[in-house]
Amino acid sequence: MAQITLKNLAHSYFPNPQSDKDYALKEMDHVWQDGGAYALLGSSGCGKTTLLNIISGLLRPSHGRVLFGDRDVTDAPTAERNIAQVFQFPVVYDTMSVRDNLAFPLRNRGMDAAYIKARVDQIAQMIGMEAWLSRKAQGLTADAKQKISLGRGMVREDVNAILFDEPLTVIDPHMKWELRTQLKQLHRQFGHTMIYVTHDQTEALTFADKVVVMYDGRVVQMGTPEELFETPAHTFVGYFIGSPGMNFLTADVQGNRATLPGGDVVGLGASYAPQSGRVQIGIRPEHATLVASGGLPFVIRRVEDVGRHRLLRGEVLGNALNVVIPEGMPVDGLPQVAFAPAKINVYADDWRVAPAQERAA
Amino acid sequence: MEKTQNNKAWFLVLPVLVIVAFSAVIPLMTVVNYAFNDTFGNNEFFWAGLEWFDEMVHSERLHEALGRQALFSAIILAIEVPLGIFVALNMPKKGFWSSVVLVLMALPLLIPFNVVGTIWQIFGRTDIGLLGHTLAAIGIDYNYTNDPLDAWITVVVMDVWHWTSLVALLCYAGLQSIPQAYYQAAKIDQASRWAVFRYIELPKMKGVLLIAVLLRFMDSFMIYTEPFVVTGGGPGNSTTFLSIDLVKMAVGQFDLGPAAAFSLMYFLVILLVSWVFYTVMTNLDRAQTSMGEGN
Repeated sequence: MAQITLKNLAHSYFPNPQSDKDYALKEMDHVWQDGGAYALLGSSGCGKTTLLNIISGLLRPSHGRVLFGDRDVTDAPTAERNIAQVFQFPVVYDTMSVRDNLAFPLRNRGMDAAYIKARVDQIAQMIGMEAWLSRKAQGLTADAKQKISLGRGMVREDVNAILFDEPLTVIDPHMKWELRTQLKQLHRQFGHTMIYVTHDQTEALTFADKVVVMYDGRVVQMGTPEELFETPAHTFVGYFIGSPGMNFLTADVQGNRATLPGGDVVGLGASYAPQSGRVQIGIRPEHATLVASGGLPFVIRRVEDVGRHRLLRGEVLGNALNVVIPEGMPVDGLPQVAFAPAKINVYADDWRVAPAQERAA
Repeated sequence: MEKTQNNKAWFLVLPVLVIVAFSAVIPLMTVVNYAFNDTFGNNEFFWAGLEWFDEMVHSERLHEALGRQALFSAIILAIEVPLGIFVALNMPKKGFWSSVVLVLMALPLLIPFNVVGTIWQIFGRTDIGLLGHTLAAIGIDYNYTNDPLDAWITVVVMDVWHWTSLVALLCYAGLQSIPQAYYQAAKIDQASRWAVFRYIELPKMKGVLLIAVLLRFMDSFMIYTEPFVVTGGGPGNSTTFLSIDLVKMAVGQFDLGPAAAFSLMYFLVILLVSWVFYTVMTNLDRAQTSMGEGN
């Protein structure tokens, strides 16, 4: 096990990258703590799999270094890195039995037969496949095959990290939940570093201690689920995390006041230095509420009942705005919307601006 | 629910039946007719019963041709299948060179059989052929016209040249269907090159390999044109395979009765071997899968 350090890492699939656009991964510096459970979250094509393949050694980065502990493994092949990886689609060796499938990585490393048997039995129990051990892997359902893939990923105890590349895509929703919980449990039990790639925020937030949000080849934020929710570092994080995502309004920020283009003023929970560029305020739908007066005029376009709460889709001063209100709260007679000042974040050119006090501290 | 019985659908099959009758059944029946009768021309036939079959079954000449034929097919399969797999494994998977290689590989398959025969007939000649002359020049005693072993080598090499591409292309298609993730997983599992072949590539190629073996068996067992052009069945009878022998008998000696009986048995042997082979292979597969399910 080891801490994984990415040093000035960048990758381009072109031989001579000219501009930023040619890079699948833009330069980044990150440290992944030993034993952490990380989720790599982002929309399709943002570079998640590229980053994962660089860590596992299936891809050599065009720039920068990868370190496991103190050892530079940039040029080391996958086998030397001692990493396990589970892929999006199940990879099983069809002609082997389930037992042989699970034992395969151990046998290839010349482990002792008694140990292999014990370990395979243990893993089979974890993934709930004990009854299938002597069966051939061919003809099993996608669920079962992916469980075998997961099992094969976890069968080695000494791995530096286990990487998951959207492993639950092919699994039924109810199984998804179960397997995710099992993974989390395994993480607690064995303390392997786990990196889990997904574009599903629920999956990321439930699995990981730390979520790494990627956007356009960049890591835009690395934080706990709470941090991502309360203080998104980038408008993309605000938009991507939460359902629906954060609302953004263009504003002119002076001290602790944000002035909207129409002259309406929104109070902020902290004061900010004057900003240049495109300045926006961001507020989560959960932190907005309907009021009778003292807010901004709100026109409701649509109401969606989602069980525990209601989602209002509407417009404020010509901007789309979503508000989440508790079930049972009346809508009539409350024509305005107000924001919780402390929950408002300020963005300049899409990046979050820290309040003046926070920066001073 | 009561199922409606309606046999009108059979009429829709009629055109096919008619075509097959004229293209296959009626010509075959002519052969059957000759096999059970003796004729001296003028369309006069005398019933011969199983006489021709009896003669053919006990014919030493046919036994020898059958032996040569079986040996030839065995050698062809033993060389072309492993070689085809090996070539397919080493073909470039994508990019410019994969197209070039594909075209080069397909070329021998596009050459008419008698042209292939002619190419090798000339290629192997010691006076003007590049191969024959070169071998002679470096002191190897090679002459396919009077040495049976040389004749065999020439015919086998020619067939390998002509048909290995087919096996390779089929295997290549099988290999291309393997997702990249399998190779990546194998790397992570630290599988050896042999294990990758044994557990990933070979199982994925099994279906096409079955077809390849079947096609190569049938074709090689019926081979006629190429060896006939190169050696004419000689020297002596050493490269006289079943088809060549059959033509000699039917067209050369005009022994139509024995030749017809021979044809029928020949046809049945190919049909039988192909059927047995196919059934065994597919059942083996099914047995393995269901054996797994039993547990």
